[in-house]
Amino acid sequence: MTAEIDRETPKPATMVEGILDEREMRKARREKVDRIAKFVLPVLVMALTVLAWYLVVKINNIQHYILPGPGLVFETLVKDYKVLFDALQITLLITFAALGIAVVGGVGLAVLFAQSKWVEMSFFPYAIIMQVTPVIVVAPLIFIYVSSKIVGLLICAWIVAFFPILSNTTLGLNSVDHNLRNLFELYGASRWQTLLYLRLPASLPYFLGGLRIAGGLALIGAIVAEFVAGTGGVGSGLAFTILEASYRLNIPLMFAAILLISATGIAIFAATTLVSHLLLRKWHESALKREN
Amino acid sequence: MTASAAGAATGVAASAAPIVSLKNISKTFSNGTVALHDMSLDVYEGQFVSLLGPSGCGKSTALRIVAGLGSPTAGKVAWANDRLGVGSAQQHEIGFVFQEPTLMPWATVYKNVWTPLRIKGVSLKAARDEVMGALELVGLADFADAYPRELSGGMKMRVSIARALVTRPKVLLMDEPFAALDEITRFKLNDDVLYLWENLGWTVLFVTHSVFESVYLSNRLVVMAARPGRVVDDIAIDAPYPRDETFRTSDVYNQFCRTASDALHAAMDASAEP
Repeated sequence: MTAEIDRETPKPATMVEGILDEREMRKARREKVDRIAKFVLPVLVMALTVLAWYLVVKINNIQHYILPGPGLVFETLVKDYKVLFDALQITLLITFAALGIAVVGGVGLAVLFAQSKWVEMSFFPYAIIMQVTPVIVVAPLIFIYVSSKIVGLLICAWIVAFFPILSNTTLGLNSVDHNLRNLFELYGASRWQTLLYLRLPASLPYFLGGLRIAGGLALIGAIVAEFVAGTGGVGSGLAFTILEASYRLNIPLMFAAILLISATGIAIFAATTLVSHLLLRKWHESALKREN
Repeated sequence: MTASAAGAATGVAASAAPIVSLKNISKTFSNGTVALHDMSLDVYEGQFVSLLGPSGCGKSTALRIVAGLGSPTAGKVAWANDRLGVGSAQQHEIGFVFQEPTLMPWATVYKNVWTPLRIKGVSLKAARDEVMGALELVGLADFADAYPRELSGGMKMRVSIARALVTRPKVLLMDEPFAALDEITRFKLNDDVLYLWENLGWTVLFVTHSVFESVYLSNRLVVMAARPGRVVDDIAIDAPYPRDETFRTSDVYNQFCRTASDALHAAMDASAEP
């Protein structure tokens, strides 16, 4: 008895130009161009936008307290590095702490829900209520009841970040192939074994999808809550930097802070996408490259 | 039909106790469907029994009840060496092969085959000989580190079989395992299963809707009718093993296929449409 050796793995084609037909060659060329364009085009658009921005400011002679040019924003970024960096650290701290608690809490609650339909039925509606009530209307209350500003910010960021993790992980835990469940039942697997060996791995792609959303939301939660919290002093994040700069009509600083927030959001998204890719690349459809 | 008749028909001494018997099994689902009505079947050690019947005749339901994955509404499943009186694979040393390969996509072939042992508390390393032995039996030892997605449909099914035999079961339950495969792959896997059955001393209960497959594989063919699901015929396929391609084109094979086909048609006529 021998194995069929028709492994269906996409082979890294040892491409010999002459062997490919016209159509395949065109396809290969197009793919190559697409790969480059994917990176070049957004950068090009960015460069053109900055150039247009520069020209608009320059030609119309717009004052820096209305619209600063890109040069001045960059200058501020360097000059006010200390202020911005300190604020960024606070914002990052809150964002990641909230995300961490959201991951632990969301997954923990999802596992609890998965163990008992009754618990899920009892509490899931409240998780939804927490999600659909805008954090900005709840935040003032939180800051009344919580004396520490950092803790208040943390709670707000957590509220918005935890729901996608909870809901996605719950979905994942309940999406296990029923034959695999039967298999585990057949061999007398305990509830704990089924969870650990089957349901948690099966829910990983769903969890990671939730994590990607939650990462961005944690940042938004941290920023929005700080706008509500208002007062400055020690331990103020980028939102407060923006508020303060707006009072003083320091538009370049506002732009610099916004730039940092966007960059942070992009970095978080990139990081969670990378983690997701690394964990799923071996087996999940979403991370696989296909020949056709 | 009676148990002793089936035993006599298949050349097994009627005095030998069946390894598993379904005693007057009935199954009604909560939506009112009567899947099985008063089904009795004695399976003797070493038999290769095919359950053949039109869809809806409850053959898969019967198999799941034997596996302990479903409970009968009435009747019971009796095992020859019932230690705990509980119908779980652990106690009765059952292997089960599903319609689909049912592999965990995140785990390598090795880890998929290890899973039944893992549940029993055998560590990855301690299971090495058993797992590699099972993979060797299905000819996939070189693919231990591959992921299921890298395998063809036939190879996935082999992994599924390796997983079923890694616990060295006495009884192998197969639920239309090759229905989704192309004919050439199916023929190959038929031969592989026969080879394993002959060499490992299994008793096989094989659900199928293919007359040709059931005749080729089994030495006993149980024909079922639907609405309600019940046994209507029990045919002994008295052709010697090992069977191969020459058997597939022989007159004896054709004769049995005709008999089985007639029995299946009679069963379909007896399956009143709702």
